[in-house]
Amino acid sequence: MNMLVTPETRSNAATTAKEPEVLLDLENVSLSFGGVKAITNISFNIMKGEIRAIIGPNGAGKTSMLNVINGFYQPQEGKITFNGKTRRSMKPHLAVSQGIARTFQNVALFKGMSTLDNIMAGRATRMKSSMFWQILYYGPARNEEIEHRKKVEEIIDFLEIQHIRRTPVGKLPYGLQKRVELARALAMEPDLLLLDEPMAGMNLEEKEDMSRFILDVNDQLGTTIALIEHDMGVVMDLSDRVVVLDYGRKIADGPPEEVQSNQEVIDAYLGVSH
Amino acid sequence: MAEPPVNGGDTFPKILFYNARVYGQRPAVREKDFGIWQTWTWADVLEEVRALSLGLKQLGCVAGDKVAVIGANRPQLYWSMVAVQALGGVPVPLYADSIAEEMAYVLNHAEARFAVVEDQEQVDKVLEISGELNQMEHILYDDPKGLRDYDRKRLSSIKHVQEIGAQMLAADPLLEQRWREEAEQVAGGDVGVMLYTSGTTGRPKGVMLTYDNLIISARNANEFDHLDHTEDVLAYLPMAWVGDHVFSLAQAYCAGYCVNCPESMETVLTDRKEISPTYFFAPPRVFEGLLTHVMVRMEDASKTKKKMFEYFLGVANRVGEDILNGEKVSLKDRLLYVLGEFFVYGPLKNQMGFSRIKVAYTAGEAIGPEIFKFYRSMGLNLKQLYGQTESSVYITSQPDGEIYPDTVGVPFKDVEIKIAENGEVLYRSPGSFKAYFKNEEATASTKDAEGWVKTGDAGIFLENGHLKIIDRAKDVGKLTNGAMFAPKYLENKLKFFPNIKEAVAFGHERDFVCAFINIDLIAVGNWAERNNIAYASYQELAAHPKVYDMIKENVEQVNRDLAKEPMMAGSQISRFLVLHKELDADDGELTRTQKVRRTFIADRYAPLIEAFYDGSTHKHVVTEMSFEDGRKGTIKADVEIRDLAVYPPEGAGAYQEAAE
Repeated sequence: MNMLVTPETRSNAATTAKEPEVLLDLENVSLSFGGVKAITNISFNIMKGEIRAIIGPNGAGKTSMLNVINGFYQPQEGKITFNGKTRRSMKPHLAVSQGIARTFQNVALFKGMSTLDNIMAGRATRMKSSMFWQILYYGPARNEEIEHRKKVEEIIDFLEIQHIRRTPVGKLPYGLQKRVELARALAMEPDLLLLDEPMAGMNLEEKEDMSRFILDVNDQLGTTIALIEHDMGVVMDLSDRVVVLDYGRKIADGPPEEVQSNQEVIDAYLGVSH
Repeated sequence: MAEPPVNGGDTFPKILFYNARVYGQRPAVREKDFGIWQTWTWADVLEEVRALSLGLKQLGCVAGDKVAVIGANRPQLYWSMVAVQALGGVPVPLYADSIAEEMAYVLNHAEARFAVVEDQEQVDKVLEISGELNQMEHILYDDPKGLRDYDRKRLSSIKHVQEIGAQMLAADPLLEQRWREEAEQVAGGDVGVMLYTSGTTGRPKGVMLTYDNLIISARNANEFDHLDHTEDVLAYLPMAWVGDHVFSLAQAYCAGYCVNCPESMETVLTDRKEISPTYFFAPPRVFEGLLTHVMVRMEDASKTKKKMFEYFLGVANRVGEDILNGEKVSLKDRLLYVLGEFFVYGPLKNQMGFSRIKVAYTAGEAIGPEIFKFYRSMGLNLKQLYGQTESSVYITSQPDGEIYPDTVGVPFKDVEIKIAENGEVLYRSPGSFKAYFKNEEATASTKDAEGWVKTGDAGIFLENGHLKIIDRAKDVGKLTNGAMFAPKYLENKLKFFPNIKEAVAFGHERDFVCAFINIDLIAVGNWAERNNIAYASYQELAAHPKVYDMIKENVEQVNRDLAKEPMMAGSQISRFLVLHKELDADDGELTRTQKVRRTFIADRYAPLIEAFYDGSTHKHVVTEMSFEDGRKGTIKADVEIRDLAVYPPEGAGAYQEAAE
């Protein structure tokens, strides 16, 4: 892991002397399924250029939160402002064109397709030429495809997956599949990247690799990241600020050190000792 | 003695000037980047090297400076070596996978003032030890990824340094001439490079090779195998290793051929297939690995393909080598071989990236005769050579048509060889090193006043004039009954079985010979899968009784073979065990070039060796091991020891009593 880059220097670099700008703002958001309250009156924001962790015990509402952010769920109450635009409702397929990309808790890739094709699929929303020309692979469509391929190759290089460029994703080990998924999300060139448990099921080495890639993405591409993660070590190392959920409520919000020493968080996580 | 090199000059910068003029528009370097092979011509390379050299000069690099070069085979790192040489400095390539502590020793010993490194990983390593480095002033890196927020005081990108150089060139029209003149002042007798030997014992030593050493050897080698500017090689072996330095730099510059840098270590196979090199070097384990891979894949092939493969393999086995050696073969067999080339050998060579090979070499370790024969019968001109860092590689080499699997060939051009009384091979050649850096004692004990250099290897000349290497001279010992014990000779025989990855034999001043075995996880794992043997880890598979049965058969086969050799019949293996962990360079059990460190292993596993000789059949051991991230852990195991059949020697009776 990169010892020289502390969270302070990172956020400094990302905001470069400007006032921190709010990328996403959630105000009093509530979500319920029938009578079950998944999220209760939660407000927090994500600043441009930061790594924001959302943590909490199982069933705390973390994934629901991500689904609210990218429009998959419609909150019954509350206001969501993204990139200065307030929205009441949004269709999830619009999330990408709005600048939000995500990875999933369970890898969701096209297993029979190669790594390259999977990542190219991430560029689909950015293709402008019509399907007719794309099928003919002629004229502007061809140039466009070359441009996209170039971008994809940069991502492949960035995430060091050159050796699996042509390998069907289904044949890859889990840790690499996770990396391909990240690559596909990056191919969308999002403003906000949502990572749902990027380290789940990984061994130590894979976790270290993934942590480094997340830091690099944030640092070099300037992508704002919201991540859900259970590995507390990872959360504390990576994130600038942490929001803690428990039973759909927000119980803490702040820098990792502060959250870590918060009694309510300790109780929620470790259980109250008797 | 050889003629002093004429065309092109006597240092690499001078040869670069020549190549840029003569081969200006021919490719000098390719690198696969962003999925595409990018090419630099010799003229481009001169430009890159010049800019980097001038930038380095601006940073304060002067004649006599040592500059460390650390990383995988990147064009920029090769350029940095020549850029330093143009200033009269000495590049010191280091093994990219060495841990920080090893690196600290070498960097300090070499008194390196600059380091040119590949990426963040290496920058981190050098920064981590920077407190201990007294001379280190500035680090240059190639890949900027992850380095954005690093302190720039002592860190620059190669690109940035090149830009400085280019700006200086633009500002001063006479600068280029001055730079050239300065480079011309460096002479062939000056030290061109310093290579640290990995060293199976003690601290690494810095071998100083002069330009003459490298250039004369390289020119002889190019002449020997008729290599010219049309060749393509793949640079994938460690840059710190003399082989890569000679094949990918010295010979490439002297012949003007193109060096291709793979995209990453993991893509070497694909990249080799795409480039299809004409001149290729690999240690035996690469050829072994490829063959295992092919055989495993063939197991899964369709019946027809399998049949065809087996049939034509038979044909190749029978006549392939004769055809390659230009001997007489019946017309029918020739036709069959042509068919085989079309259906099997050709596609197979294409898969392995060997379609265009003019000549391929293997060295460093003994290669299994079956493996050697397999490649040769496919029509691949695979040969062996013998060399070391101190000799700029070439000591002996196999001429075309005189190929024997168990010899390393005849003395190379301009090389004299003699065998010392203790059996050690000595040589004297234009390639032999100047001295060890700051280590007169070691220099004096290796190289005598007349220029004879001790190889440290024991060997014999066969009647056909070919040299055969038996073992490290210091490792050759005796059993208590007086029989000769050459551990590496035994280990190599064991390692020729695909199931055995590593072996370590013990027996010096003991009553009988015993051996540790490391199984090959791929080969044995595949076998286990086919035989419904479940296992969760290397350790579990290694301890499986059926695996023991299989290995026992292998070792007994070795004993049967040994019984046929009068000199070796006495050192048959009496007991063996399969080690509970893989020998690993991170634990210090292997050198960075994957050679076993016998004494270290003997110390580390002393209880197991004891158990060999006190007759126990099981031994409980606890071993410390390090993980890839540097953490330590322990591994506990009950290791089984098995007894083996020993066979009476055949033929010579003189050794009869020795074996009993």
